[in-house]
Amino acid sequence: MAAVIPERLQEHHHGAHTGLMRWITTTNHKDIGTMYLIFSFVMFLAGGVMALTLRAELFQPGLQVVQPELFNQLTTLHGLVMVFGAIMPAFVGFANWMIPLMIGASDMAFARMNNWSFWLLPPAAILLIGSFFVPGGATAAGWTLYPPLSVQMGMGMDLAIFAVHIMGVSSIMGAINIVVTILNMRAPGMTMMKMPLFCWTWLITAYLLIAVMPVLAGAVTMLLTDRHFGTSFFNAAGGGDPVLYQHIFWFFGHPEVYIMILPAFGIVSQIIPTFARKPLFGYASMVYATSSIAILSFIVWAHHMFTTGMPAAGQLFFMYATMLIAVPTGVKVFNWVATMWRGSMTFETPMLFAVGFIFVFTMGGFTGLICAIAPVDIQIHDTYYVVAHFHYVLVAGSLFALFAGAYYWLPKWTGHMPDERIGKLHFWCSIVFFNVTFFPMHFLGLAGMPRRVPDYALQFADFNALATIGAFGFGLSQLIFLWAVIKCVRGGEKAAARSWESAEGLEWTVPSPAPHHTFEEAPVVR
Amino acid sequence: MTALAVENRRVLVRLVIGAVAMFGFGFLLVPFYEKICEVTGINNLLKPDVVANTQVDASREVLVLFDANVHDMPWTFRPLQRSVSVHPGELQTIAYEITNTRDVPVTGQAVPSYGPQRAGQFFLKMECFCFTQQTLAPGESRTMPVAFVLDPTLPVDVEAITVSYTFFEVAGRRVQAASTGAGSDS
Repeated sequence: MAAVIPERLQEHHHGAHTGLMRWITTTNHKDIGTMYLIFSFVMFLAGGVMALTLRAELFQPGLQVVQPELFNQLTTLHGLVMVFGAIMPAFVGFANWMIPLMIGASDMAFARMNNWSFWLLPPAAILLIGSFFVPGGATAAGWTLYPPLSVQMGMGMDLAIFAVHIMGVSSIMGAINIVVTILNMRAPGMTMMKMPLFCWTWLITAYLLIAVMPVLAGAVTMLLTDRHFGTSFFNAAGGGDPVLYQHIFWFFGHPEVYIMILPAFGIVSQIIPTFARKPLFGYASMVYATSSIAILSFIVWAHHMFTTGMPAAGQLFFMYATMLIAVPTGVKVFNWVATMWRGSMTFETPMLFAVGFIFVFTMGGFTGLICAIAPVDIQIHDTYYVVAHFHYVLVAGSLFALFAGAYYWLPKWTGHMPDERIGKLHFWCSIVFFNVTFFPMHFLGLAGMPRRVPDYALQFADFNALATIGAFGFGLSQLIFLWAVIKCVRGGEKAAARSWESAEGLEWTVPSPAPHHTFEEAPVVR
Repeated sequence: MTALAVENRRVLVRLVIGAVAMFGFGFLLVPFYEKICEVTGINNLLKPDVVANTQVDASREVLVLFDANVHDMPWTFRPLQRSVSVHPGELQTIAYEITNTRDVPVTGQAVPSYGPQRAGQFFLKMECFCFTQQTLAPGESRTMPVAFVLDPTLPVDVEAITVSYTFFEVAGRRVQAASTGAGSDS
C-alpha cells in the first residue's frame, strides 16, 4: 500500500511530509485506518507466535519447550495482545476506513485526535512485549490480572498496567471520534435508520467503550496503588477483598466481549445481503437487537464468577440474565439466515468467511449458553471447555468477520480484486484447522483439564496432540492471508467502483481505490 | 463548517465527561460492594457473629484444631493450645500468642480460613483478634483470645474443624518504619 499512496499524494498539494513523517503526521482517516489494520495484523502474528509456543509445550505431557513461569507469561500476554492489540485495533481500523465512506463524510470528526489515538498504540505494544525482558519477566497473572497474583508480580506487571492505561485512552479517544462522526457528520438525507448496519453496530460499540474502558482503567489503577502506594483495595489483610477486583474487572470485561463482537455482526450484516443479492432481512430488528445486547451486557458480569461463593439468588439472577442475551443474538442469526433464504447466492471469499462466521460463531454461542448455567459452570469453570468456548466466539467470531470484511473491502482499499483462489484456500485452511484446534478442547474441558497449565495428566495427551497439530496448521494458514493481501496491493484484476455485483452503500459510489479525499462535497441520500 | 465544529466540540465535551464519570464510577463500586457485603452479611471478616441459638448439643463432640501462620512477617505466632473438643452450641475461649521479633513497630491483620471450607459458616466468633489490626511495639508479646461457638446446625459428618489464622503485614504502615530510617526492609 505504501507503494501506491505517495504517487496519489502528489495529486494533492498539502502533502508537506513524505516517507515516514507522512505516516506519523497524517490526519487522513484512510491512512490512519491502514495503519490500524497493519498494526493489528503485526500484533496478531505476535500473539499467534505466543499461542503456538503454548501449543508446542502442550503437544505432549511433561515439560519440553518452555518452563512453567514462561508458559504463564505467554498465556497472559497472548490474551492481552490478542484482545487489546489485535482484535480491537483491527475493528477501529475498519471503522476509520469505512464509516466516513459509508455515511458520506469527508473525514472523521477530530482528525488530529484520530492520529493521536493510533500513535498511542505502538508505545503500549512496546511496553507489553518489552515486559518479557525485565527482571521477573512479563506478568503471569492471566489476561484478567486477578489479585492476589497481580499484586505480587514483578515489574512486568507494572508495565502491563501502564500498557492497559495507554490502550484504554486510545480506545476511548477512538470511540469518541466515532460517536461524534456518526452523530454529526452524516450526509444530508442519511437518517439514522438508513445507516449501514456496520455504522450502527460501531456506534453502539463506541458507547460501550466510553462506558467501560474507564472502569478497567480504574481497576488497574487500584492494582497499581495496592502494589506501590499502600492502599488495600484488594488486599484482605488491609481490609480489602480480591473478589472485589473480579466484580470491577468483569463489569468492564463482559461489555468488552461485546465490544469485540458487535462490529463483527456489523461487517457480516454488510456482506450477507451483497452476496445473497437481497436487502438485509429485519434491518430495524437488527438495530434493536444490537442495542439490547449492549444494555444486557451491563447486568451479566458475575456469570464469570459463579465459583467465588455467591449466594444462590445472585447465581440465579446472573444465570437468567445471561441466557436472556441469547434472544437478541438469536434474532440476529435468524435475520442473517432469512437474508440468505431464496437469495441468488454466490460464494466469493468474503461470503465464505461470513457464512463460516455464522456457522462457527453460533456453535460458540451455544457453548456460551451451557457455560451460563450455574450448576454446569461450577463443573467446567477454568477448564478447557471455557477456552474452547471463547475461542469459538473470538477467533471464529471476531477474527473470521475481520477476514470477511478485509476481503470484502480490499478492492476499495487497493483498487484490485483479491485473488479468489488464494482467498478460498485461506478460508478452507482456516475453518478446518480452526475446528481441529478448538473442537477437541471441549472434550478436554469436560474431562476436567484445567486451563493455564503447562503440563497435564496422561489421559489428555491425544486430544492435546491433535489440538497442537491444528494450531500450527491454523497459524500457518494466516500467512496465506498475508500473501493474498500483498498480492492484492501489488496488482490484480482492476476493481470497479462497485466492486461486487450488488453491493449497496455510499462506499461503492467512489472510485476504487478510494481517492485520498472523498465526499468533500457531501452526497445527497434520497 | 464552523457550526459543525462547534456542534462536534459540544458532543466531544459530553462524551469526555461521560468517560471521566465512568472512571469515578469504577472507584464508586468499592464502597458499593462493601455496603452490599455488609447488608447481606457476606464476607463480614471484621465483625463478631451473632449467635441466635444457644442450645447446647451435648450428644456430639467436635474436635477443633488451631493453626497459626505468618505471611512474610517478623512475628512469631502460635496457639496456646493445639486443639479443643467442644459440643456444638457451647461457648469456648482459647488464646493465641504473638511476639514482634523486630526492633520496629509492625502492624498486622489476621485472616482466618477453615478446613473443611464449608465449616467456616458454622464457626461463630464472638471475640477475635482478627477483628482489628494489631500493632506491636518492638519485642512486644501479646496473648489474645478467640471466643467462639459452633453453630448447632453444623452438619453431623463434620467431626473435626481446623481453624487456621494467617497474619499479613498491613503494607501501608511500612512507610512509617522507613521514615524513621530504621529497618527499611521490614
